Amino acid sequence: MNTILFGLIGRELRLALRHGADTLAVLLFFLLCGSLFPLALGPSQELLRRMAPGIVWVCALLATLLPLDRLFGNELEDGSLDQLLLLGVPPSLVAGAKITAHWLTTGLPLLLAASPMAIMLGMKPADLAPLLIGLLLGTPTLSLLGGMAAATVLGARRGGVLLPLLVLPLATPVLIFGAAAAYAGQFGQSDLVELDLLGAFLALSALLCPLAAGTGLRAAAAS
Amino acid sequence: MPPRLVLHDITVFRGERLVLDRVSLKMHDGEALLLTGPNGAGKSTLLRTIAGLRRPDGGTMRWDGRAVTDFALHATRLAYLGHLDALKPGLTLAENLALFARHGEADLSAALDHVDLQPLADLPARLLSAGQKRRAAIARVLLARAPLWLLDEPSLGLDAAAIGRLGAVLAAHRAQGGMVIATTHVPLPLPEAATLTLAPPVLSLPDFAA
Repeated sequence: MNTILFGLIGRELRLALRHGADTLAVLLFFLLCGSLFPLALGPSQELLRRMAPGIVWVCALLATLLPLDRLFGNELEDGSLDQLLLLGVPPSLVAGAKITAHWLTTGLPLLLAASPMAIMLGMKPADLAPLLIGLLLGTPTLSLLGGMAAATVLGARRGGVLLPLLVLPLATPVLIFGAAAAYAGQFGQSDLVELDLLGAFLALSALLCPLAAGTGLRAAAAS
Repeated sequence: MPPRLVLHDITVFRGERLVLDRVSLKMHDGEALLLTGPNGAGKSTLLRTIAGLRRPDGGTMRWDGRAVTDFALHATRLAYLGHLDALKPGLTLAENLALFARHGEADLSAALDHVDLQPLADLPARLLSAGQKRRAAIARVLLARAPLWLLDEPSLGLDAAAIGRLGAVLAAHRAQGGMVIATTHVPLPLPEAATLTLAPPVLSLPDFAA
């Protein structure tokens, strides 16, 4: 079972490497989205510095959504989904592997790009830690929620439109506590409660989202 | 000898349309079954139901006399070849099939040898022709080393030589006690295969309601 799990993740990473433009597009979207704020809000250092954590979080959330409709959509279209479901492992494991790969090719690059963007917006390097720890806990949760939603709308007409409508409300707690943790750090308060909650969200979604996504995949294959 | 696979009164609805109406069949080791019938008769649906990709709305499926309930276990007993070849254009042929080579690398090159694709193993799948892709999908069936093969139009896009090789592969599988259920519109190299003709069900829900 582990061989299949790692085989699946490896296959996804190899695909991401061959289609490197997809990962790059997510990163560029993230950075472009973030650089729109100074243009719209004006170049006030103080204002941007105060808004930076929120900007980084919103942009990360939106960038995570970008590759979601292709996460399982490609597999359904070319018939791979049937073959993956017949590997002899539970569908939730297939979904879990795909979601892990989504985080590795989306969440992780975003995590790396978050520091330059935060500094570009004027955050002090000393204040970065809570933002990055928050993103480290939050982006996997976003991948899990997104994967669950992508599997649920798989095969539905207008799935691409439904997808953000499903994910964004579910992602609001992550956004609220992630940004709050970064702000707490900026104002010299303790950020432990927010980070604890982000960890709890991650633990809960890591347990439930693959199960729900697996059910979604099976329903899509059956229709 | 009791049959390996038994389907009893399998009924499947798609939406409100009755697709399979009480289909029953038995398969012994080494047997082959051809599913025939007009388009829309439910041949593919029956294959997907046997594969466990779709749960029947009525009827039972038994393997070795026991009702099939664990579909992850059931999946290890079968290999499924669908309409689509399920190849990622960006990956090479070998990379595409590696995930399905549960019995190691040597098995992978042996399977590619059987369908005469070994020289193309390192070519990206997007460069393959339709027939070559079909042969790659047949190699995946071989890799499963499963007793039951479910083949949806296996000869689609194959040339005469490739169909001959497919016949040899099928014969070897049956000689080892394997079973084959295939849908087809053209003659397949499956000697002594039984035939099950599916007719489009005449009853549908609106008929019941009327």
